[in-house]
Amino acid sequence: MKPSMDDEQVQIPQRPLAPTGGPADPAPRRGGVLGRGEGKLAGWRAFGSGGEGVLVPQARLSGPTPWVIAIMVTITVIAAATGLALRNIANAAALDLAGGVSVQIIEAQAPIRAAQAQAAQKALLAVPGVISARVVPQAELDQLLVPWLGAGMSDGDMVPVPAMIDVRIDGAADGGRIAALRAALGRVAPGARVDAQSHWLAPVFEAMDSLRWLALSMIALLALALAAAVLLSARSALGTHRQTIEIVHNLGGTDAQIARIFQRSMGMDATLGSLVGLVLGQVAVVVLGARFAGLGAGLLAGGVLRPLDWAVVALVPAAAVALAMLTARLSVLIALRRML
Amino acid sequence: MTGMTGEIARFDNVGLRYGPDREVLCDVGFTLHAGHFYFLTGASGAGKSSLLRMLYLAQRPSRGMISLFGTDAITLPRHRLPGFRRRIGVVYQDYRLVPHLSAFDNVALPLRVAGVPERDVVQPVKDMLEWVGLADRMEARPATLSGGEQQRVAIARAVIGRPELLVADEPTGNVDPDMAIKLLRLFEALNRLGTTVVVATHDLHLLQKVPGSLIMRLDRGRMSDPTGALRYPPRRENAQP
Repeated sequence: MKPSMDDEQVQIPQRPLAPTGGPADPAPRRGGVLGRGEGKLAGWRAFGSGGEGVLVPQARLSGPTPWVIAIMVTITVIAAATGLALRNIANAAALDLAGGVSVQIIEAQAPIRAAQAQAAQKALLAVPGVISARVVPQAELDQLLVPWLGAGMSDGDMVPVPAMIDVRIDGAADGGRIAALRAALGRVAPGARVDAQSHWLAPVFEAMDSLRWLALSMIALLALALAAAVLLSARSALGTHRQTIEIVHNLGGTDAQIARIFQRSMGMDATLGSLVGLVLGQVAVVVLGARFAGLGAGLLAGGVLRPLDWAVVALVPAAAVALAMLTARLSVLIALRRML
Repeated sequence: MTGMTGEIARFDNVGLRYGPDREVLCDVGFTLHAGHFYFLTGASGAGKSSLLRMLYLAQRPSRGMISLFGTDAITLPRHRLPGFRRRIGVVYQDYRLVPHLSAFDNVALPLRVAGVPERDVVQPVKDMLEWVGLADRMEARPATLSGGEQQRVAIARAVIGRPELLVADEPTGNVDPDMAIKLLRLFEALNRLGTTVVVATHDLHLLQKVPGSLIMRLDRGRMSDPTGALRYPPRRENAQP
């Protein structure tokens, strides 16, 4: 029969406990058996007799934190995908227009204009680096002008329309290349106007750049908002579990151990929320992509997300989990610093 | 150096002040020797709990010097505090059990905090719960236990790591007189093994229940030594230097 506290002379159990790690202090020890080891006090993982003990109960999806994170991740995924699509559109358009040059033969009399266009085409093809020079047919020009002038207005020189030559050169149409083309046209079409096509779309590129920066700024702001939400959640959890923290603290739990409990708990919340957010965000991106693809616009077609882009989008939830865990850890460590 | 001097703790001119108010503890000085059983008495509000909080490293003093296990506890770096705390068992009047953990898991907590492998946790915890008479309540949550049972779980948790110093703050405050005597016997049993025990109480009847115990008295934040035993501790057969 084992001794108990009801006996007249109470005997404490003598079973030795295995010390782990080194001694708590270099000073000689008599009674204590707990070394300097550090147990993994999981926030959600079991360490109980039956494996069901939980030091900080996990709210899972019943608490607000995972849903706040899910919303943040959804918006961030959409913002990241938008930013990447805009970058792709800008890159495709820049690549397409980089070597494009438009030549306008501005001449009121149609026969002279046509003759100058033919001569200009020959002169341009003779310039080194010119890949092609195509005189845009009158019918094509008329079609382009219909939305502005109406059908038939440019026929018969009612409204004189310049002749257009679409030139392709190897490399970018910079100032030097444009000057060389102008020089070649000097004698055959002195009134010709030469413009790099990228010049016309410069405001569009600037607008796209602004949108890209906007997307990046939104991602940064959302990251800050996520950190703030996690901070509030961690503080709330700290308040709720303050007594547990003090108990573990007074039992010799280290700051890192206690922080790890909350870090893991927050990590679980963030993982669940991020996965939900990723799914919702990707569904939104796919639906939006399908809608834009349906427009059939040439410029927008370049905005299709590539596998690498999807990989970047998939990093958003991972980054959110890392940010949430880091924020939780730091906020708990700072709070613990206020305790002895 | 506990082993060299037999000193577990020493307070010199310790003062404690919360905010701008007057000191709740003033010029407190005493030495706790290894293996002795101390009672800390005093009226409610005398500063007993504040003194114990400093003793179990939950509070720094506003002034003075505290030495624990031969080491200056005031200048002790933060990262070394957990190691010292593991050498001190604490029993609170309000038990402070983790409410959602079973009695077993509450008692196992110090071992798990210290990283004791799970295979070395189960049997000592069972033995300890059996020792405090709760072998059949291992899976019970604190809310389903009586005050006396909760305090026994708290004592089992405090002593499972065989601390060198056991600090109990009004451990019998919420239990009936019979249970109070039983709890004292647990402390005595631990003291016989060499653990220094400090029990704060305002119940003067308890003092007579532990023969050979030493009495410290706090009166409005000042320490008195009514028996002179703090300055001249008696030699004890079972005290281990």
